[in-house]
Amino acid sequence: MDSPGHLEFHSRKIEGSVLEIIIEGRLDSFTTSTIWRRARDTVASAKVPTVLVDASRLDYCDGSGVALLVHMRDQQLRSGGNFEIRGLQPELQALVEDWRSGDLAGAGQYDEQATSLVEEIGRSIVEICHDIYSLVIFVGELAAALARAAVKPRAARLRDTLRIAESVGVNAVPIVALIGFLMGLIMAFQAAIPLGQFGAQIFVANLIGLAILRELGPLMTAIVLAGRSGSAFAAELGTMKVREELDALKTMGLDPVPFLVVPRVIAAVLMTPLLTIFADLVGLIGGAVVLVSLGFPLITFWNQVQLAVGYGDLLGGLAKSFVFGVLVAAIGCLRGLQTQTGASAVGESTTRAVVSGIILIVIADGIFSVIYYYLGI
Amino acid sequence: MQQEQREIIRVEDLTVTYNSQMILDHVSFTVAAGDVFVILGGSGSGKSTLLKHLIGLYKPASGHILIDGQDIIAAEGRDRLAILRKIGVMYQSSALFGSMTVLENVSLPLEEFTGLPSDAIRLIALIKLKQVGLQNFGDHMPSELSGGMQKRAAIARAMALDPRVLFLDEPSAGLDPITSAELDELILSLSRTLKITFVIVSHELSSIFTIADRVIMLDKQTKGIVATGNPHELREHSDNPRVRQFFSRLPSSRT
Repeated sequence: MDSPGHLEFHSRKIEGSVLEIIIEGRLDSFTTSTIWRRARDTVASAKVPTVLVDASRLDYCDGSGVALLVHMRDQQLRSGGNFEIRGLQPELQALVEDWRSGDLAGAGQYDEQATSLVEEIGRSIVEICHDIYSLVIFVGELAAALARAAVKPRAARLRDTLRIAESVGVNAVPIVALIGFLMGLIMAFQAAIPLGQFGAQIFVANLIGLAILRELGPLMTAIVLAGRSGSAFAAELGTMKVREELDALKTMGLDPVPFLVVPRVIAAVLMTPLLTIFADLVGLIGGAVVLVSLGFPLITFWNQVQLAVGYGDLLGGLAKSFVFGVLVAAIGCLRGLQTQTGASAVGESTTRAVVSGIILIVIADGIFSVIYYYLGI
Repeated sequence: MQQEQREIIRVEDLTVTYNSQMILDHVSFTVAAGDVFVILGGSGSGKSTLLKHLIGLYKPASGHILIDGQDIIAAEGRDRLAILRKIGVMYQSSALFGSMTVLENVSLPLEEFTGLPSDAIRLIALIKLKQVGLQNFGDHMPSELSGGMQKRAAIARAMALDPRVLFLDEPSAGLDPITSAELDELILSLSRTLKITFVIVSHELSSIFTIADRVIMLDKQTKGIVATGNPHELREHSDNPRVRQFFSRLPSSRT
């Protein structure tokens, strides 16, 4: 459309029983929108037995123009009157007549069924049960596959495992370092102010050492892992599912769980504790920066940390990170394998992988806290 | 073709449901060894679903599928692997593994299922690639190949373990007419020289007339087979008007 077309719309009553509407000019998607409401109101307010549309001076009429004519006709017929179009080109006239208002009946009913609360609850419970069922199957398959891999590790998959370990571990070092450092720094800084009021600033070292080694190091590493690698696993496996590559594996006689999931889980399990050690160390450095800037010598900080934390704290944290690694990698792969068809399904699986990963991390962390409490670690 | 041919696939009373909706109702047919056998039908007639049952991806509601005398539905573990060794599948989207080169894709089944040394595997894989005309593309990633080449590579991978039967899911989908005709040539030459049985899902009429020895036609309404036989004969002599209509490429009359 080069310029907005010219359109004129007039109506007049003839003898009180006929409404004549004259449409002149271009009736295209632009001009139609300017007169749609007016046309509707004109027909509705006239309340006459016969509406006559004179279209003989219409230069151009496209799909929206036809829709306008159909709309006016249906409106008039619904109120029990007559409707007539005069002077419209025969092709367009045929288009208008081809559409009967009955054509729409049934079209909108398909998805508009309201669901009751009970139905919704039932549906979600069934979904959760299905999810748990598939989770149980997956855990079994994975355990069996891991056991088999432990008995005879095959050379070909080792290459995959190393490649994945690189992306899970080595490539995650910068982000883990950044978050660990800032975590230590911020926590030390926040703690230094209240503790300073009691002249106990040196105990910031105890706080940092215990909190990072026992809790925050493993937790933050696992959350970074869920965001970086859990999502990547889900997207990778999901794309393979959408592209029928998983089917191809199955018909080759290769099970996706040992072939794709096991390398990923092993890589994640090996890398998470290493990343955690790294996060612990960098977190302590962050804390040290604060204490040194407050005037404590580095060796004081170091001695204080050594007094506060023992090997039990470090190993307890690493044991956690080991479990977090299994959970994040396994749930990421499971969500990938569960991908439905279509491109949006991959995105959905990725989201589900991250959310489920973080939920599992938090639950596992809670369980660990209780166990460690009773074990006195 | 000889009259007396051994059957390689036998499907007995196969009933297939999808979301409690019946797709195929008690379907039975056989495929003779060495044939190019085409499963055709309109959209939604269940031909791709049938293929996925034949290759053991889906479990049917009832019925039997025998591949070279062994039931692929009931088989588990080692028996199932033995059956899967007899078949190769080319998927509609080629399904080449995107993280491996073409040569690695073809080598993968050999690495997983044979104890051959790596130079032997490489040689076998290169021979398979030569058979589909891709000997110079072994080091390319699948994404660097054109659609037709990807399908050829997928056929080479499906042939890696010298299967008795090759299943192809819509080989000409998304290909231009020339590439599609070249793929037909390839299928015919592999069928003649290597005596591989082909089971192909397709609705590309021109390619069906070129390659098919026998076809079965599935129908949405009857949920079963409406025609069996040679496509040329069916076009001329079928007593079912819908079958003649399909082969003559006529639209269904508007009601």
